[in-house]
Amino acid sequence: MNSRSRWGLRALGLGYVLLLLLLPLAFIFYKTFEDGLAPPFEAIASPDGLHALKLTLITVAIAVPLNTIFGVGCALLLVRHRVRGSALIDAAINLPFAISPVVIGLSLFLLYGKDGWLEPGLAEAGIEVLFSLPGMVLACIFVSLPFAVRETVPVLQEIGTEQEQAASTLGADAWQTFRRVTLPAIRWGVAYGVVLTTARVLGEFGAVSVVSGSISGQTQTLPLFVAKQYENFNLPGAFGASVLLALLALATLLAMNLLKRKEAA
Amino acid sequence: MEAGTLTQRSAPRAGIRLPGVGAGVGRGMVVLYLSLIVLLPLAALADQSLSLGLGHFREQVTEPQAVKALELTLVASTVVVLVNAFFGTILAWLLVRDEFPGKAVVNAVIDLPFALPTIVASLVLIELWGEESPFGVHIAGTRAAVVVALCFVTLPFVVRAVQPLLMEMDREMEEAAASLGAGGFTVFRRIVFPNLLPGLGAGVALAFARALGEFGSVLLFAGGLPETQVSSVYIKQLIENGNDTGAAAASVVLMAASLACLLVVGLIQRWSARHELA
Repeated sequence: MNSRSRWGLRALGLGYVLLLLLLPLAFIFYKTFEDGLAPPFEAIASPDGLHALKLTLITVAIAVPLNTIFGVGCALLLVRHRVRGSALIDAAINLPFAISPVVIGLSLFLLYGKDGWLEPGLAEAGIEVLFSLPGMVLACIFVSLPFAVRETVPVLQEIGTEQEQAASTLGADAWQTFRRVTLPAIRWGVAYGVVLTTARVLGEFGAVSVVSGSISGQTQTLPLFVAKQYENFNLPGAFGASVLLALLALATLLAMNLLKRKEAA
Repeated sequence: MEAGTLTQRSAPRAGIRLPGVGAGVGRGMVVLYLSLIVLLPLAALADQSLSLGLGHFREQVTEPQAVKALELTLVASTVVVLVNAFFGTILAWLLVRDEFPGKAVVNAVIDLPFALPTIVASLVLIELWGEESPFGVHIAGTRAAVVVALCFVTLPFVVRAVQPLLMEMDREMEEAAASLGAGGFTVFRRIVFPNLLPGLGAGVALAFARALGEFGSVLLFAGGLPETQVSSVYIKQLIENGNDTGAAAASVVLMAASLACLLVVGLIQRWSARHELA
């Protein structure tokens, strides 16, 4: 390739990244700190902002471990077992990627709503799912379900079974083999899945906005808080929370990079 | 982040069993979790969409605004995947074959749309390219905004699908073609491009599926005017108006379109796996 077309491709590709990704990323920080540190800080430190942060962390703390345990278990089942219906399970796991977050939210809204299938039993038990934490957590689990499985399956296939067989020949039971042999071998793949799951749960907007009702100080996660502040013309508030989410996104990118390197090593 | 079948590449092998439980119980638990979290809500959605009969379903999905929103969704998604197929391939090529300062940063930042919450993207885009634009470019609330927002969220799919194929590609063929007198563009068109097609196809289909359902990033930036309303925003509006059945019907149509995309991904992957073995 001659150098002129090389420079042409560089200009096109890097120009696109600059305009589409880097400029917006830089602009979040510029816009937030335009008038100093105080306005965005006040927005996050407001009672509603802190509550949104707390709620976001709670959804992460519930959804991520559940999907990780499911992900590893499901990957083991798909890769190591000859069960009937594997193809169907496999297809069902992909569903959350193919469905709009709004549609996911609506499906939960209908299932747990006032004429929903589960409503009579839940009402009797006094459990409120919609417009409260359980519904938001269910939405987060739904949207982020595929990541842990997807990232675990290929590493599990790659490590093979020789070491596991050796361990069990030497008398290790299934749990010991899993803890001492399999888990250490797949940990970076699992960790990568955890990072992707966490990022998705932190940023989920569409599904949660349908089931939560977005009540300030009650059922608002950080992304919902951003939208509400924008609607209320409180731009510093919206950008304050956005910067927090952007910093978490950057940390995610960093973690993804490090884990990819560990996996390759 | 590739979709398609997870297990097709290797047959099940004897190895450790699910610790603590047998395969049957394990399968039962996995199916139960999937059913409670994913399948039961979707069944409720399908049920609701037909709750007032098939005729009503048809009425709801042929409602002028529903059709208009779906058309915009399909057209914008098509434009977006074409744009990203072009730039995504260039970027993948730059990241694999070229050396330039800051390459590691560019490689990492490609995944930004996966990590950055969509609502944050929407907020930044509206401030960057809206009324207050520091560059004087005002496209917020237009169809161009839909395209820009969707370009942002779907860029990584194409790059990440093409990149590994370029890395694995044997350069001997290209060198042979070049030594026989083929120019740079001819080598790309006749040698490189056909080899990238499976990855490009899968990446494009994944990007298309994602674009069809995208909500957060278009919400603020493109807005909810009838002219700029994509299907997901239309569905949200129906929910807010209390038309659950209409929202469910529109959802079923949108879902069918995205599922068709994922089916295409699966077929492409099966096809390319077979060609690799041959």
